Amino acid sequence: MREAPTDSPVSSGGPECIVRFDKVDKSYDGRLLVVQGLDLDILRGEFLTLLGPSGSGKTTTLMMLAGFEAPTRGSILLEGADITRTPPHRRGLGMVFQNYALFPHMTVAENLAFPLEVRRVGRAETEAAVARALDMVRLTGYGERRPIQLSGGQQQRVALARALVFEPKLVLMDEPLGALDKQLREHMQYEIKHIHERLGVTVVYVTHDQGEALTMSDRVAVFNDGRIQQIDAPRTIYEHPDTAFVAQFIGENNRIEGKVAMISEGLAEVVLADGARVVAEAGPGLETGADALVSLRPERIAVGEAAGSARNRHEGTISEVIYHGDHLRLRIAALGRDDFVVKAPVVGAEHLRPGATVPLGWRPNDGRALPLDG
Amino acid sequence: MADLTTLPDGDLARDLKRAERRRRLTAMMLVAPLFLFLLVSFVLPIGDMLRRSVIDTEVAEVWPNAAAAAAAWDRKSEPGEALFAALGRDIRTSAGERTIATPARRLNYALDNGRSLVLGTGRALKQLEGEPASWRATLLAENPAWGERMTWIALADAAGPLTDFYLLTATDLMRDANDDIVSRPPERSLYLQVLGRTFLVSFTVTVLCVLLGFPVAYLVSNAPERVANLLLILVLLPFWTSLLVRSAAWIVLLQDQGIVNDILQALHVTSEPIRLIFNRTGVVVAMTHVLLPFVIMPMIATMKSIPPTYLRAAISLGAHPAVAFVRVYLPQTVPGVAAGALLVFIMALGYYVTPALVGGADDQMLAYFIAFFTTSSANWGLAAALGVILLSATMLLYVVYARIVGMGRVKLG
Ligand SMILES: Nc1ncnc2c1ncn2[C@@H]1O[C@H](COP(=O)(O)OP(=O)(O)O)[C@@H](O)[C@H]1O
Ligand SMILES: [Mg+2]
Repeated sequence: MREAPTDSPVSSGGPECIVRFDKVDKSYDGRLLVVQGLDLDILRGEFLTLLGPSGSGKTTTLMMLAGFEAPTRGSILLEGADITRTPPHRRGLGMVFQNYALFPHMTVAENLAFPLEVRRVGRAETEAAVARALDMVRLTGYGERRPIQLSGGQQQRVALARALVFEPKLVLMDEPLGALDKQLREHMQYEIKHIHERLGVTVVYVTHDQGEALTMSDRVAVFNDGRIQQIDAPRTIYEHPDTAFVAQFIGENNRIEGKVAMISEGLAEVVLADGARVVAEAGPGLETGADALVSLRPERIAVGEAAGSARNRHEGTISEVIYHGDHLRLRIAALGRDDFVVKAPVVGAEHLRPGATVPLGWRPNDGRALPLDG
Repeated sequence: MADLTTLPDGDLARDLKRAERRRRLTAMMLVAPLFLFLLVSFVLPIGDMLRRSVIDTEVAEVWPNAAAAAAAWDRKSEPGEALFAALGRDIRTSAGERTIATPARRLNYALDNGRSLVLGTGRALKQLEGEPASWRATLLAENPAWGERMTWIALADAAGPLTDFYLLTATDLMRDANDDIVSRPPERSLYLQVLGRTFLVSFTVTVLCVLLGFPVAYLVSNAPERVANLLLILVLLPFWTSLLVRSAAWIVLLQDQGIVNDILQALHVTSEPIRLIFNRTGVVVAMTHVLLPFVIMPMIATMKSIPPTYLRAAISLGAHPAVAFVRVYLPQTVPGVAAGALLVFIMALGYYVTPALVGGADDQMLAYFIAFFTTSSANWGLAAALGVILLSATMLLYVVYARIVGMGRVKLG
């Protein structure tokens, strides 16, 4: 017998935990762990996104929750009950697949009625629920069509409605927008977000698109190599990454490598190879004397006069200026690197030309010093 | 570069047409060999078969006068002396020229003793010198059958050039003494029963093939690639040996002293050999074995195109795996199952070697009789008529099938 979890699945005061992954390991081949030591609490009503590169174990995690894969070790609790051995059709979770998986031989209405029919819901009730679901995804009047007669976005909305029509406690989505073009994808992101807000259902959403994760989620869990690197609100993830991987994977990022000279009051002073010093917020696990990486967002760096008297102030030579409409993108040689990227406003940037030497400045809190990985 | 927008319209249309024509010509040349081959090997034989089933000139070629007179006869009045005379002279001539066997054979199709009637009369008339006073009396004296109306109706039927005799025979019908179409007496009926048997055996074989093939196709299409390839080789293994050998092998397996009976007796399931071969069981078993790959292949193709997420989606929506399989997976296999079933059924309809080898006398299918009439008895007309009946019945069935399944959904590969 394994020990019972030390802390209760329902934390007092804060939001209730609906799903708990308890020390879950998963291996397909008995040698490699694709998910390792996964401890994850999913809160009732939240929009949680599992984000990570391809092959990082997101789908596997979702499939273990859905019941299509069994954890190799550990257990999964749903509302406090152990569902590790419950077959998928008795878990009552809604699921949206990347390729929609709408049944091609059934009409839209029949697709939506399917989960209700297998639950032996009455005829009248089913019809009402189907009509409500169609209305929710703004497809009233499309009930008699076949899935192939719908556009990609419409099919996606039907898949969404089908996963919600039986009012599950939890909806799982595995890269549901992966097959849509960019514009439609952004539109559907808002639509899914709004439906989540309206229904208050708990959503576990898998994507490898960091933009999608940031715009849609209440919390983002960043996966790498089968482990959760960090789980936090999107803003925290973006602005205060805990690990070099998270900093790297989410958003654009300038890497400055050096040694930690000292840490005080949450700030770390990092000495670069050429002797220059950079002060940045100290991330978790950072130790004096260790190799460190300072991660710096391109839009947080001020160029030219705007650099003013910032505590971090360095000089750089512009090697390239690219016009992006709403901002300029500068490639600058600075701090011993020639690929320093800075985003600058278009207004008042006449002096930013290739070859010009300009001051760069940023506040200590805009940079993040993290232990160097690998 | 020419400025396209300033080109006169006529030129543009002409250039387009020329370019299109060249493309069409190329395409036509590519399909021409196959088209010619199909024409020679498929369309012409079928056309010839249709023609032969209604053409009847064998008698008219040997007995031109008698055929003309019989064709002119009203089939109701007593045949007059002129008719007897024309026939008598023709019989005598043909007996002399040794061409009498052809009309004798042809009349034998319609009359029970037609051959002996004609040949006997021929032998007698060959001895006859000069013109007899009454041909009628002479013929009747030779054989009283010449006084029966049925004899003359048979001759009139055979006078050609067109006849419905073969098609009627192939459907167990005939013309009676009043020239009305009636059913043949049971002891002279055969082909409707054979047709029914052909369809029944084909249907049984098709059902068995689908039932046995479905799980195999499912296994192959869902197994990991390496296992799937191995299974596929096993499925196709029967094709590596000839049809004849495969059919004969069943004789070895299923005969009274065969392996199957030995095993059954060793296990004390039966105390003495049960008859498994040279009867319907043998035919169905052997044909199912031979035709199984044809139903499995299209099913595999269809099943491979069904993503496993459909089943998962159904299960995630709360359906028991069995329910999900029946309601979501099965309907999507219909195109492959329908295609495989159609393929097997149509191939089974024309099967000849296997029933001939492992079937009894009551298990021969229509193809056996067609082969018999073309190769053994040279009755081309009846062989063609049976072919026409089989073809029409098959096409009728195909139309019904297409209505039920929807041909747009049938997928062969
Ligand atoms: N059914 C499976 N059998 C064997 N290996 C698998 C299977 N599914 C996924 N994997 C492996 O597990 C790892 C994680 O896969 P997955 O969970 O699909 O990652 P993600 O969804 O993050 O891209 C990958 O290396 C993948 O090759
Ligand atoms: Mg995945």
